[in-house]
Amino acid sequence: MLSTVSSDVPVRAGLDDADGDGEAQARLDLLERLLASSDLRESAQHAIDWLAEQGRVDWSVCLVVDAAGTRLVPLADHGLPPSSVSEFMVRLDEPGHPLVRALRAADASHVGVERPAGPTPPGGPFHAFPLRARGAETLDAAGLLVTAAPDRAIDDRVRWLAGVLGDRAVRLRPRESTGDARSVPERALLQGILNAVTDPILLTDAEGRLVIGNAAAESLLRAPELASEGWRQAVNLNHTLFSAALPAEALDAPSRPAQRELVLVDPSEGSELLFEMTSTPLRDRRDDAPIVSVLRNVTDLGRAGQELDESYRQLRVAQAAVRDQRRRLDLVINSVADPIVVSDPSGAIVLMNTRAERLFRVGGDEPDATRRRAQTNNARFSSLVSTLLSSGHAEDWRGETTLIDPRIGRTRPMEAVAGTVLSETGELVWIVTILHDLTATVERARLYERVKRASVELEARVREATSELVRQNELLRRQRFEVEQASALKSQFLANMSHEFRTPLNCILGYTQLLLQGLGGAFTPEQRTDLARIDSNGRHLLALINDILDVSRIEAGRMPVDATVVGIPELVAEVLEELDPLIKQSRLSVSTRLSSRLPAIESDRRKVKQILFNLVSNALKFTKRGGVRVRARHAARRRTVLITVEDTGVGIPQADLERIFEDFRQLDPSPSRGYGGTGLGLSICRRLAGMLGGQVTVRSQVGAGSAFTLELPVRVSDG
Amino acid sequence: MTEQPPAAARVLIVEDYQDTREMYARYLRFSGFEVREARNGAEALRKAAGEHPDVIVMDLALPRMDGWEATRRLKAEPATRGIPVIALTGHAHADREQEARKAGCDAFLTKPCLPDALVKEIHRVLGGRRGP
Repeated sequence: MLSTVSSDVPVRAGLDDADGDGEAQARLDLLERLLASSDLRESAQHAIDWLAEQGRVDWSVCLVVDAAGTRLVPLADHGLPPSSVSEFMVRLDEPGHPLVRALRAADASHVGVERPAGPTPPGGPFHAFPLRARGAETLDAAGLLVTAAPDRAIDDRVRWLAGVLGDRAVRLRPRESTGDARSVPERALLQGILNAVTDPILLTDAEGRLVIGNAAAESLLRAPELASEGWRQAVNLNHTLFSAALPAEALDAPSRPAQRELVLVDPSEGSELLFEMTSTPLRDRRDDAPIVSVLRNVTDLGRAGQELDESYRQLRVAQAAVRDQRRRLDLVINSVADPIVVSDPSGAIVLMNTRAERLFRVGGDEPDATRRRAQTNNARFSSLVSTLLSSGHAEDWRGETTLIDPRIGRTRPMEAVAGTVLSETGELVWIVTILHDLTATVERARLYERVKRASVELEARVREATSELVRQNELLRRQRFEVEQASALKSQFLANMSHEFRTPLNCILGYTQLLLQGLGGAFTPEQRTDLARIDSNGRHLLALINDILDVSRIEAGRMPVDATVVGIPELVAEVLEELDPLIKQSRLSVSTRLSSRLPAIESDRRKVKQILFNLVSNALKFTKRGGVRVRARHAARRRTVLITVEDTGVGIPQADLERIFEDFRQLDPSPSRGYGGTGLGLSICRRLAGMLGGQVTVRSQVGAGSAFTLELPVRVSDG
Repeated sequence: MTEQPPAAARVLIVEDYQDTREMYARYLRFSGFEVREARNGAEALRKAAGEHPDVIVMDLALPRMDGWEATRRLKAEPATRGIPVIALTGHAHADREQEARKAGCDAFLTKPCLPDALVKEIHRVLGGRRGP
């Protein structure tokens, strides 16, 4: 890589003491010759020759930038063939050429043959010394003094020569270029024009170093001689900022100016300045092209813009807040189930919620009827508002009106509650009306009225019914009393009748017995038979009288239950004993089968006995052959005792099984057909069993026999 | 019935209905008893005191003084207290029996009562004491 930094290059100790005087003389000679010459080419030749005389370098060439500024051209050379010299003619628009770079370097450049790329330097490695006026290191050199350099050490005499020649080249070269003399006043004019521009205009190299600038630019980027430290720092800062801002793309696309913003510091005030920077590389030079930058001061504009942005932002925030509030308000009023209307004093609607919209607003595509109804609603609302206003701005005004559901056409009684909104000056601005649909209320009131009416009617009816009931009750009570009285009279009558019947019957039976026993003398067999018939009919009549008396007493409830402990086996034995004459007469086998686990029961002994007596005597009466068996067992789970009287008699048809328990029911209607009995026996049995909490049931098969079962609770109180 | 008492027992029959009274009297005499008759309670008291019957057969529904009252008085009198009284009534009701026993009756028979049944009861009441 080519180095342009002089400190990198070791300096050979130039003058030794022995040659000191001769050396100095040679320099003076050369200086005289150069100063004497007004021709650059001649001066160059002198210098090259001088070097050759001094014998310090193997070869050397002097090059200058041509008048057009487009290429380097050799003016004088030594120690090189002409073909090699022509190779030093280099176009300045070849970027990266070592000679072009050397032109811009501050000090001598060493160009080596080891360089991998680029044109090979003719004649081996060399040093290229830029030719420029001493003290003007920042400017492009006017030419180059190229000398062979076997090593990197710089010959001090060559450096001196380049300096001397540089002065001359700068001085003499303009004279060579045509028209240059004329440009001096134009440049001054140009400078004047530029200075008149208040925006900074600068010409810089690619690194941002200031080449030319107008007054405005200079004030930012150059510190005056007596400037303060702060000023200098500001200037340095501006340099840095500007260099950093220089757009790299300006180099890549030189045809297009690049624009960007740049903040610099005003060195005199220390305030920040905002610039809009437009940078344009100069067109005709490619590599290291100077760049023209125009800075437009937009500080105020920027501030104004920022303020504008800020107030716009605040406006947006405020707008959003308002929108948000409005949205929330909408949400709130739309969530109210009642229509809410905000109107101006003329009744014109300003704002309303969704419910209200259904009443007052219809779309253009809705049917005529719907629109008419909405208009009616609006008119009624206006009249409501005017009524409200004429009432004198009450805080909480209430009124009623009737609106129509525009889409259904149903009338809706509405209650309106209105409040007024006043301005700061107390002027009426808005009226807020909340409408409440009274349909349900009215309907409820109607229903309530109906319910009330119905209730009153019902009450009256209940009262009526109650009084009727009381009347009926009284009637019933009286009737019951009468019935009871009648019943008591009947019972008394029956008891008396029974007694009165018994007295003559006692005589009939008694005297018949006297006759049958022969107290009145002997009778013929026919007479005895007749007497026997009197006797049997008398007995039947007696039985009838007894049974009728029993039935009437049971019916009248005059047969109380007298509960005692009853032993079933003893009772059965007693009954069979009393029936012994009948058993003997019947010639049937009578047996008992009583369970050993039979408990003693609590019941009315007389009644149980009467039932059993009846069942067994019936069995005996209705059985011709076979036998009668009395069984008894304990039904522990039912807590009852079952006493069954079975016979092998005629049996009862299925259809008659229930009828036999009816009063005066005998299958054979004739009482004298050998069976006797009154036809009341089973009826009485069933009644008595019921009084004891039990029952009498029957199973039977015609021709095979019957089985009557008396079931009694173990304790009569459990029945 | 046909057996003869060693010394004939005396039976007082208190009965207002003549047919019945005579029927029983006839059968009792036929059965070997000595028979006295009374038609009401007052007469019964007199005869019981004067005739010293061994047993009294007492109808309860009687004119002038009924059987219950007569029995009560007989049982209240030391002279007649020991004479057994057999109530004989057409009232078949259990209450009546209860009342009769309360009044002091020793036995209770319901009409119709066949003469031989009465004789059987008299024998039972007299028991080992004095048969007819």
